[in-house]
Amino acid sequence: MPTLSEVESKRLLAQHGVPMLDEQIVPTAEAAVAAANEMGYPVVAKLNGDAIAHKTERGLVKLNLRDAASVHAAASELLSAATPDDGEVQVLVAPMLKGNRELIAGMLSDEQFGPTVMLGIGGVLAEAIQDVVFRLVPITEIDAHEMIEELSTQKLLGEFRGEPAVDRESLVAVLLGLSKLAAADPKIVSVDVNPLIVSPLDGRPLAVDALVEVAS
Amino acid sequence: MSPFNAAGFEALFNPKGVVVAGASSHPGKFGFVALHNILACGYEGAVAATNRDGGEVLGIATAQDIADLDADTYDLVFVCTPASANVDLLRAAAKKGIKAAFLTSAGYGEAGEAGIVAQQELVALAAELGILLAGPNGQGVVSTPAKLCAQIVAPYPPAGKIGIASQSGNFVSSFMNLAVQSGVGVSRAVSAGNAAATGVADYLEYYANDPHTAVALAYLEGVNDGRGLFERLRSIAARKPLVLLKGGATSGGQRAAASHTGSLASDDRVFDGMCRQAGITRAANVEEAFEAAASFATQPLLQGPRTIVITTAGGWGVVTADAITNSELELAVLPDDLKAQIDTKLPPRWSRNNPIDLAGGETRDTIPEVLQLVAEHPDVDAIVYLGLGIQSNQAQLLRNGRFYPDHGIERIVAYHERQDTRFAEAAAEISAATGKPIMTATELGIADPNNAGPAAVRDSGRLCYSTANRAVTALEHMWRDARYRQRRSRVNG
Repeated sequence: MPTLSEVESKRLLAQHGVPMLDEQIVPTAEAAVAAANEMGYPVVAKLNGDAIAHKTERGLVKLNLRDAASVHAAASELLSAATPDDGEVQVLVAPMLKGNRELIAGMLSDEQFGPTVMLGIGGVLAEAIQDVVFRLVPITEIDAHEMIEELSTQKLLGEFRGEPAVDRESLVAVLLGLSKLAAADPKIVSVDVNPLIVSPLDGRPLAVDALVEVAS
Repeated sequence: MSPFNAAGFEALFNPKGVVVAGASSHPGKFGFVALHNILACGYEGAVAATNRDGGEVLGIATAQDIADLDADTYDLVFVCTPASANVDLLRAAAKKGIKAAFLTSAGYGEAGEAGIVAQQELVALAAELGILLAGPNGQGVVSTPAKLCAQIVAPYPPAGKIGIASQSGNFVSSFMNLAVQSGVGVSRAVSAGNAAATGVADYLEYYANDPHTAVALAYLEGVNDGRGLFERLRSIAARKPLVLLKGGATSGGQRAAASHTGSLASDDRVFDGMCRQAGITRAANVEEAFEAAASFATQPLLQGPRTIVITTAGGWGVVTADAITNSELELAVLPDDLKAQIDTKLPPRWSRNNPIDLAGGETRDTIPEVLQLVAEHPDVDAIVYLGLGIQSNQAQLLRNGRFYPDHGIERIVAYHERQDTRFAEAAAEISAATGKPIMTATELGIADPNNAGPAAVRDSGRLCYSTANRAVTALEHMWRDARYRQRRSRVNG
């Protein structure tokens, strides 16, 4: 099934209230350096394009770029790695957000129950932990609060390793946004917001990557 | 989903007369057992039976055809005939004013292509005739307000307030066996069989508006219209507590369910989320499901999570405190004013904490008095009471030993049994008066059902939980239900 580009996916989610990490889409390596200077180091650079889905597997994500020279080098490398199949491409520059806690949120269509909203603990251990809850679209604010409450790993949601507690209201907004998005457009078959990093500054969950899949 | 057939459900659960179609004189056949159970369990309406060859079964002269019976005397037909006979049978039944048919007959949706076609024809015919079609391939229906035991299996449970609907007939039996064992009774129970026209949610819909039913207890396996089921269950749970047991929670269980009912299973976590969202309280196993339902049926509805443990022995209290802490309930902090009040009733060695461990300091009236003080306190929502029946257990040993009744034994045995009876009665009375659950838990209810303590709990109409953990689990189900309602009613004004 076709997917929207990362930029388009994020734009759609932001429209429905999902808080996004500030980022810029630029056409050249020089513009990438300018964007990085503006947002402050370190930054992340990724290749963006409508047809690009598996960026990590293709090495199209460059993390922890600490200065202008490394941003220039990374952006040049990304642009030259694009293949004709990728179509029109740009470079996405975003602050390198480092939090100890990652969540995942999304929307999935269940064979029996139709569209659902999902929330889970993310990160490298996510698959082993399998701490994930679902609700059917549409959800209410109370449902969203209860989803958060139902995660088993509650300690991760409180104050953690010197970082503030997860801002539950913001997380509720993410879940409600996913529900509204799914309800508004029945052609959307899945949404994957992964990772949703809990900001070490204010506990707000910020979508760092997002992928929207639509029915062909 | 067909429109709700109110007259059909009335005929199924409160029939003025029942016809057993395919009654048999062979006591091993369903057609015999069904008629026997209807006649033997006290049903007071008219009963007739049909048999292809005529003759007498259990003292009833059978008719060879429904057409030969009086019209407007019977409104339920209990069908034990082969599938091939049932089309003519339903047409004849409709002419006699019959409004509901329970089909035990096999050979339908569970029996390959031809069976599926026959089942579709049956559904269409019943709709055309305006007959509520229950089954086929089901075990039967029980309705204690009508003293009706129209089923091909045992037991007939005591009367009570639990309404049971199940996708699997044997779970109806399991729940009813637990009702017999515990004394906590059943209002209605039905096995949906193939659920050709009437499914579990349809029966639950009837229970939701049934004055004899306080709580619905359902067993589900597969789901065919998940979204529709969600909407219906949510509407039902808004009116009454709904306890659900779901088969096929694991991939192994799902494969078994697919071959059992032919329905597809969802990811269990989606199903679980659906339950939470609908206000259904989902149980992990059959005993947990029954005990949750029995709690809703016999305890006052819970108002909050703050739970106090009252125990005559320390170890039990510790384990129970662990169970509460690991649950969605709250191990209440013992309020200072309550502490001071209890100080006046007990020697200083009592725990002065929650769990309230009486530490053997109780005298004749301590337990009822402490139960009362705790239950009346505004910062307490529920009590788990442990230690009932210990003295009566010793009393049994004294009674059965070779020194009885001498050496003052007779008198002390009577005293202990009188005391445990009083404590059980006090727990029920104080609970009813304060509107707060008091859950009495002791394994003596299983070890010795004749022990005066558990026996008095049963006589009070309540469940004697066999362990404190099971009492806590039941209470947690009550809290999930209460919390769901509280949160939503606040929003809805």
